[in-house]
Amino acid sequence: MIELISSLVPENLAAHAPALLVVVPMLFAPVAAFMPNGRIAWLLSIIATGIALIMAISLVDQVRSIEGGAVLSYAMGGWTPDAGIEFRIDALNSMVLLLVSTIGFLAAIFSWPTVKAEVRDAKRAMFFAAYLVCFTGLTGVASTGDAFNLFVFLEISSIATYVLVALGATRDRRALPAAGNYLLMGTIGASFFVVGVGFLFAATGTLNMAELAVRLQDVQDNKAVLAGYAFIMVGLGIKAAMFPLHQWLPNAYAYSPSFVTMFLAATATKVAIYALVRFLFTVFGLEFAFEGSTLIWILMPMGIAAMIACSFQAVFQTDVRRTLAYSSVAQVGYMLLGISIGTAAGVSAGMFHLVNHALIKGALFMALAGVVLTYQGTSLNDLKGLGRTSPWTMTAFAIGAVSLIGVPLTAGFQSKYALVNALFEHGWWWAVAVVMFSSLLAVVYMGRILEAVFFRAPSNPNKRRQEAPLVILIPLWVLALANLWVGIQGGFVAGLADDAAAALFIGGAS
Amino acid sequence: MLEFVLERGNYWAIIGLMMIGLYISFAATNLIKRLVGLGLFQTSIILFYISLSRIDGGTAPILFGKDYGKKKDHGDGHSSGAEYAGEASDHGADAYNAASGDGGYGYGAEGLENVYSNPLPHVLMLTAIVVGVATLAVGLAIIVRIREAYGTVEADEIRAMDLEVAISEAASEAEESKAGAA
Repeated sequence: MIELISSLVPENLAAHAPALLVVVPMLFAPVAAFMPNGRIAWLLSIIATGIALIMAISLVDQVRSIEGGAVLSYAMGGWTPDAGIEFRIDALNSMVLLLVSTIGFLAAIFSWPTVKAEVRDAKRAMFFAAYLVCFTGLTGVASTGDAFNLFVFLEISSIATYVLVALGATRDRRALPAAGNYLLMGTIGASFFVVGVGFLFAATGTLNMAELAVRLQDVQDNKAVLAGYAFIMVGLGIKAAMFPLHQWLPNAYAYSPSFVTMFLAATATKVAIYALVRFLFTVFGLEFAFEGSTLIWILMPMGIAAMIACSFQAVFQTDVRRTLAYSSVAQVGYMLLGISIGTAAGVSAGMFHLVNHALIKGALFMALAGVVLTYQGTSLNDLKGLGRTSPWTMTAFAIGAVSLIGVPLTAGFQSKYALVNALFEHGWWWAVAVVMFSSLLAVVYMGRILEAVFFRAPSNPNKRRQEAPLVILIPLWVLALANLWVGIQGGFVAGLADDAAAALFIGGAS
Repeated sequence: MLEFVLERGNYWAIIGLMMIGLYISFAATNLIKRLVGLGLFQTSIILFYISLSRIDGGTAPILFGKDYGKKKDHGDGHSSGAEYAGEASDHGADAYNAASGDGGYGYGAEGLENVYSNPLPHVLMLTAIVVGVATLAVGLAIIVRIREAYGTVEADEIRAMDLEVAISEAASEAEESKAGAA
């Protein structure tokens, strides 16, 4: 299917796909902002993300056209990489871009009913404009090859995100402090990142990531480089909700509009993790002696702490959205654990889980958005008995839930299996026990929700309940079936993740 | 020791400002003050970049004198990999300045008569200023909305109000589920 869609893209457009992927949504954003009617803005955002999706598919095809993965270098504006900004697409970028644009496209389709219910009429066009800006930023982060440009795109997406989160205030005023808190932490994170980039620039005189990777080899012991490394890790750690730096996440996910929660959960932290991986393995590289100890003493313990502590926190939440938010932090722990192994198999498992988690959380939050639509709250009480009145929505939710737990034949199982394999290969058998334990906790917190949904009588029978509208159900089931498809025939996504890891370890610095 | 400190006076000042900003943005309970701290933090980063580009005796990066007309094609890029690294001293800015001192900094700077500051950090900071302004604007707008919704801009009062709401919600929910069970 990839080849088919890719063959439909004309040659001259395909050559500019890296730029179009970012520029098209960016140009659609101001147009959407000036639309008198939210519905037109909605259609525009579907078109923009749809074009981006086609471009991403074309990129994946171009990268896969060469055995071992091609590296596409796109000189923005015709300026060669040494003077200008380079967009650099390898197997890892193309995988993240495909993920972000797929989720972005599905999110755009499903957004209308929830936006209509949760955002005031006058704000809807602006809402979609902010969404497109956020999407632009995320795709920009995932395609740029310039360290400072990455900061700019990171901030473009973040600033749009703060606005989107704050718009949840129509439903619950607690969205405002949550957005304020997110803004504070996010800005500090981005600023840390930019300080780190400044140190690297001071030591090497370049901002191009591939060039940085080459030049950093000579100045490995430079204290400025070490300080830069630390700043970058902390900065991106905040953005990726690495364990002790995740405090902004639960509130931001719990109170923002349902559509925003779904989109953020599936993409924002994933893109930050991509940036983290890019800096860890491409820019600094495993030869960077300092890094080996960070992987073992920082990333691995933090990943494990997240998997246990946040899973426990998820168990004790009464609001389902908060449960899922804490579970997101725990799942980020799985990815960090995979990355911290520092082998190709480990990173591949981490990336595989990154994609699968986006599919899982996308489906779960989409189903919850359907619940919010017909029934204002998302507390455990509100979900009671929904399995009977809205079976389609809740069956998709259940598929997402078992996938999150990691039941065989679902996506979550495949990536956890890959992770466990990589851990055994590396001899970290005790970490396997932690993975199992954390999965058991997932059984507890998701099981509680499923039990309420399918086996409890509705707590308040007078409240109106119904199935989510078709516009929600279709993208929801696309995601739910994607979970099953990856679970039964995981070859495609696992192949993408393997290519991505291979690009990092073999062709990364070239 | 004293010399070591004084030589790097600009960096000490910048780090001092940065830490003050960071502390304010964490410690202040007033949301506006938090944003002030954040602004201070971001501005000190701008200073950091600008002081990186400074070279002793360097002038604004506009070609003049004999250099004028000499370098038309800037796109040919940096040359070999040896210049930028300098001797890998333990102080980044030194390594950078040492390298740039002999004309090896940046792009196409070889063979110039005069010493110029590096223009790249200035350009980067123009972007960073724009980003900072946008963040500040969104932050202030959110605070305005917080003030409308809560009637205060003190973080601890807001937290207390949220806690009250959460407790009452939990209580009503417990009642609801009891009613459902009955």
